[in-house]
Amino acid sequence: MRSLVKWGVAACAVFAAGTFAGTAQAADTIKIGAFLSVTGPASFLGEPEKKTLEMYVDRLNKDGGVRGKKVELIHYDDAGAPDKAVTFAKRLIQNDNVDIIIGGTTTGTSMAAIKVVEPAGVPFISLAGGIDIIDPVKKWVFKTPHTDRMAAEKVFLDMKKKGISKVAMISEDAGFGKSGHDQSLKVAPIYGIQIVADEVYSPKDPDVTAQLTKIKNTAGVQAVFNFGFGQGPAIVTKNFKQLGMSVPLYQSHGVASKDFIKLAGEAAEGIRLPAAGLVVAEQLGATDPQKPVVTAFKKEYEAAFKSDVSTFAGHAYDGLQIALAAILRAGSTDKEKVRAEIEKTSGYVGTGGLVSMSPEDHMGLSLSAFRMVEVKKGDWVLAD
Amino acid sequence: MFAELLQYLFAGLTSGAIYALAGLGFAIIYNASHVINFAQGEFIMIGGMATSMMVAAGLPLPLAIALAVVVTMMVGVALEKFAIEPARNSDVVTIIIITIGASIFLRGLAQVVWDKEFHSLPAFSGETPINVAGATLMPQSIWVVGISVLVIVALWWFFNRTLFGKAMLATSFNRLAAQLMGIGVKKVLMVSFALSALLGAVGGIVVTPITFTNYEAGIMLGLKGFSAAVLGGLGNGLGAIVGGLVVGIAEALASGYLSSAYKDAVAFVIILFVLFFLPNGLFGKKGTDRV
Repeated sequence: MRSLVKWGVAACAVFAAGTFAGTAQAADTIKIGAFLSVTGPASFLGEPEKKTLEMYVDRLNKDGGVRGKKVELIHYDDAGAPDKAVTFAKRLIQNDNVDIIIGGTTTGTSMAAIKVVEPAGVPFISLAGGIDIIDPVKKWVFKTPHTDRMAAEKVFLDMKKKGISKVAMISEDAGFGKSGHDQSLKVAPIYGIQIVADEVYSPKDPDVTAQLTKIKNTAGVQAVFNFGFGQGPAIVTKNFKQLGMSVPLYQSHGVASKDFIKLAGEAAEGIRLPAAGLVVAEQLGATDPQKPVVTAFKKEYEAAFKSDVSTFAGHAYDGLQIALAAILRAGSTDKEKVRAEIEKTSGYVGTGGLVSMSPEDHMGLSLSAFRMVEVKKGDWVLAD
Repeated sequence: MFAELLQYLFAGLTSGAIYALAGLGFAIIYNASHVINFAQGEFIMIGGMATSMMVAAGLPLPLAIALAVVVTMMVGVALEKFAIEPARNSDVVTIIIITIGASIFLRGLAQVVWDKEFHSLPAFSGETPINVAGATLMPQSIWVVGISVLVIVALWWFFNRTLFGKAMLATSFNRLAAQLMGIGVKKVLMVSFALSALLGAVGGIVVTPITFTNYEAGIMLGLKGFSAAVLGGLGNGLGAIVGGLVVGIAEALASGYLSSAYKDAVAFVIILFVLFFLPNGLFGKKGTDRV
């Protein structure tokens, strides 16, 4: 009996020592939390994001970490469900005690997580497009991708240059497309654009010729603008060609990946859309400040994963770099200091563009971050 | 004016034929077992995904199609053997729930085995639209309609002219009596799953050039196919085709003449309306319960 007690005490001591050792070690690591939609409908965005974070955190640790501290990535898959995103954000803050959170693949999951991140006071860099994430500005919330409003502005600017003023919209009636559609209607008058037809389709509709026929028969349409992602825009593009429509077709940045050209095939020829510099990495001018960043990232990503780089992977890369730079400048992982340093991010050249944040702007990208590209012979060609 | 209407009808025909083909698969399993197989959409997805993956890997299209059909049928048989058969003494409802579980499992498997991207196939006879009186139709849509008609004829022949087909019908009417007459009931159930997997695969392959496919494609096709099958009268092949076309054309006309925002609502209102007056669907037999 006595020996049992002795063993028990010994075991407790060892356990306690282990726990203390654990905390001591924790202070020497920088903990980055992430919740991403690696499975579920947004998985084609979340998967490259996760791979990117893992690859660069690994590489960083091999190179000795940040100021001698190891970086630990704690990642959860929210499968695109906002309620799960909330649960995981809570777990990252309360159980894992992370220093900073990167993630929220979709606007829905990001907005849901903000409700727990903001009161807890943890710096949070979202990888989603919706403008609601940073407008109005929230103290602890930042984001790296361009907003849908910027995409609409870029497209309308290009139309204005070409003397187009009467535009027909066809958009997905859910999520990304719906938000983009609403933003487009808001900014159209600023650029003197009149929306003369406004059609929608469901994300999984097999055919949209009916909607396009209606647009075709609307008098005065000078261009068509499609807002959506996934297979929808590819079907719109194919049906557009099928109907022999001759006005220019614009797409949003939601389709800026090679997969879109693969799906839409020849019908994609001549389509114009706003895209990040990463998409046309090789074509950027030699003096373009983004050129070295995007070509290096593209090369590293494609060598590591044997698949085409996507802008979504770039958003995760930018988020990680901005976070690490802020931690370096802050000299500690004190949350308030890191937050203030993220806000001071200035002149960071990322895959998305030139980032200069301010207390009023928690994204820091300007319209010049978008490039107008056109599909020519099955590839993106810089158009402006 | 007429060209516009014709274009809407063509649009409806394209989606309607896709829904119809999806609906036919539900009809067969329902006929043989009174089970609604909610993994039917996943058969469609597997057919499309397997073909496009093999074509991407360099196989010629006909060989890829044949292999994809075989793979899908094997999945169908495995589903029956390992999930449905062990539960054969349970309620129909239990088995339906098992098929829902199977559909989630198959979607997950497709994510792991293949990927999460969208895939396509080249159209079978080119991408030059056919011009009819000012409206256009893609050749692939004709393939979809043609294959649906072919399938319905083949099924009619199978169920009415072959011994095994008749045995399947007999099993669906009265399982015990069929068994007493020497019909291998287990085998019937297995063949019905193989057959509906075959149908699903064929459907998935012909629609992929139009709608594209990814691991989730089965959800939408399954849902619309189920609506088509219910509208036409569950278990009736012709009903599934007519049901699919009605839903597709209603959607197209609604988005053309009303507003595209209401097109799904219009289709569902029609389904509710029909089922209110004809609870067994357009072609369903009147339900008779023996006392």
